[in-house]
Amino acid sequence: MSFALHGVKVPHRKHTQGKPATRIDAPQKVTLPMSMHIGAPAKPAVSVGDIVKMGTKIAESASSLSSPIYSSVSGKVSKIADFMLSNGTKVPAVIIESDGEMSLDESLSAPIVDSKESLIAALKESGVVGLGGAGFPTYAKLDVEADRIQELIINGAECEPYITSDTLTMTERSEDMAYAISIIKKYLGIKKVIIGVESNKKTAIASMRTLSATDSDIEVKVLPSIYPQGGEKVLIYHTTGKAVPVGKLPIDVGCVVINCTTLAVIGEYLKTGKPLVEKCITVDGGAVNEPQNVIVPIGTPISDVIDFCGGLKTDPAKVVYGGPMMGITVPDMSAPVLKNTNAVLALTHKEAKLPKTTACIRCGSCTNVCPFGLAPAAIAAAYKNKNAERLDELTVNACMECGCCSFVCPANRPLVQTNKLSKAFLKEEKTKGGR
Amino acid sequence: MNNNLKLSVSPHIHSGRSTSKIMRDVIIALLPTTVAGTLIFGLRSLLVIAVCVLSCVCFEALFNIALKKEQTVGDLSAALTGLLLALNLPAIIPIWQCVLGSAFAIIIVKCLFGGIGFNVVNPAITARVFMLVAFGSMAKQAFPIADAVSSATPLEIMANGNTVGLKDLLLGTTGGAIGETCAIALLIGFVYLLIRRVITWHIPVLYVASVYILSLFVEGFDFTKALAMILSGGLLLGAVFMATDYVTSPSTAKGKIIFGIGVGVITFLIRYYGVYPEGVSFAILFMNILTPYIDKMSAHKVFGGQK
Repeated sequence: MSFALHGVKVPHRKHTQGKPATRIDAPQKVTLPMSMHIGAPAKPAVSVGDIVKMGTKIAESASSLSSPIYSSVSGKVSKIADFMLSNGTKVPAVIIESDGEMSLDESLSAPIVDSKESLIAALKESGVVGLGGAGFPTYAKLDVEADRIQELIINGAECEPYITSDTLTMTERSEDMAYAISIIKKYLGIKKVIIGVESNKKTAIASMRTLSATDSDIEVKVLPSIYPQGGEKVLIYHTTGKAVPVGKLPIDVGCVVINCTTLAVIGEYLKTGKPLVEKCITVDGGAVNEPQNVIVPIGTPISDVIDFCGGLKTDPAKVVYGGPMMGITVPDMSAPVLKNTNAVLALTHKEAKLPKTTACIRCGSCTNVCPFGLAPAAIAAAYKNKNAERLDELTVNACMECGCCSFVCPANRPLVQTNKLSKAFLKEEKTKGGR
Repeated sequence: MNNNLKLSVSPHIHSGRSTSKIMRDVIIALLPTTVAGTLIFGLRSLLVIAVCVLSCVCFEALFNIALKKEQTVGDLSAALTGLLLALNLPAIIPIWQCVLGSAFAIIIVKCLFGGIGFNVVNPAITARVFMLVAFGSMAKQAFPIADAVSSATPLEIMANGNTVGLKDLLLGTTGGAIGETCAIALLIGFVYLLIRRVITWHIPVLYVASVYILSLFVEGFDFTKALAMILSGGLLLGAVFMATDYVTSPSTAKGKIIFGIGVGVITFLIRYYGVYPEGVSFAILFMNILTPYIDKMSAHKVFGGQK
């Protein structure tokens, strides 16, 4: 490996580190949108009035890239209604009224895995998607020709401020992780597994070192605590030295990255057959009375989760799914916890305060902190002029939207925001131009 | 339950850096040399500084009011321009010249180009060059201190084949502009800016190093003479505070390296072969103009981009 990629020192604010997770009380109802993953929305497989148990399949995977959905509570399907996703599109959502029992579907049993094909089929059936936030169906990452995967990289970087749920996975669920690694290695013929953890997570590093001691193919790589170590391409570079070309996928350099919590859920599923129905999430932010990690049925309204954590101290300015650097704001507290939610942050006005936007002083901070060496200020100028050619030349499509540029900008210019718009604009122009 | 939640695109937190904090740090870094200059050249230095700072701030405020633009004097950049300009002037300069120079820096060089961030050249440097050209021997009007030093600047003394003591150069007890003579005070400011991460080492170090190395060759490897060359005139003030101006210098490390060496070479050429004894302002001004081109050729290679 040559130079480390740049990044920024974000405030860690890992207040919840080292505390065990508590399971919240059964919610009264859960809302399960058909799209909690990248790909085609799942298709509802239940009707209003159906009685379901925790783990009962309520939606089938669509034919293309997709993922099935399971009921996260026991109870009755009360409604199938339109649900607005954070990107503004509408999908159906299955709403289930809980009977408060949380009884598990007795028909669940460990899948029979004896080949690569049966493993992929089982992973698809598990409903597991990238739980670090991306929500990409995990089976699809692993469904590649034999021997193409040289390195399986486990993402335990958890570089966003506040969030500690992955750290908890690494300290508490290393057995599930180890089991999943052994099965995936066996049927996909993977020779090397690298677990990447940021240096500020001592307990997780210790736990992962114990795990790696059992298998010489597994290596633990301690990463600097510089945001965004958990960015997929950053992680690949810092663990293997390989640079994923712009517009290509990790598999094009022989790598697959799986988040550590995703891996633990896979391990549990392979052992017991319990599909993805609950999530361990970090609840934090200055507006929350008792920040902590909680285990939550997927689909639980955020308000229930916050109430369990002692409720709100003050009115929050923003409530965010995920971390403060890349997280998505929720419109109201009835929004459900999704498959790929790893944290719910209720940020106070003080925490979420952004300075006034002023003129660019050409300090160069944006380009000097960009892990990929992009020039956000130049991109913003090109976008203002709607200059598609220049945007292409500036390789705006390489942007992973980590937000370092906006974070450091002394003029608080909306840089990463403009990068996002530029990417969309470029895509539009390319379709128009028929290129 | 609160439903007045703000929706916005990430990131939701900010580092807290701001233009005014950066400008404030540069002003703080200039305090040692401001104090040294006042001690060396007397209280009139403070008058020059006060007039330049106030004029610059007022001209920017009035310009914004006149054109109904958002008020920007709060970012402290106009105050900084005033301070830098004053530190580049001799203490005995007529006050009306200070006011005129400030007007030139703020109105013509900065505001007419669109205000902070849009000026092509450094306002303080350009105003100094304008004053040098307009008011002729301005640079030679150094104020004698406690009868100990002649009014000639070290560069003029050296140009006449005489030498200036290194101790005088380090302490600044020589002729010159208010803020340019005391090397120690300027170096303290440099270290402060590095610690505060306001600037990087590239431009100042390479600027000074290139002048030193080129001088060594011309002076037949006389280390003392080469050292005197970098400690005299406006070189340190220019290298640390003027050549590192964000707006008018390149952004990337590679660009800064090109810029720093470029300023050094031009300063050297003017000092040894030009008609002026001093070349710092002209060199920085010239490289300011080249900055957009340097920026373009020194952009980072995009990670995973085409080779």
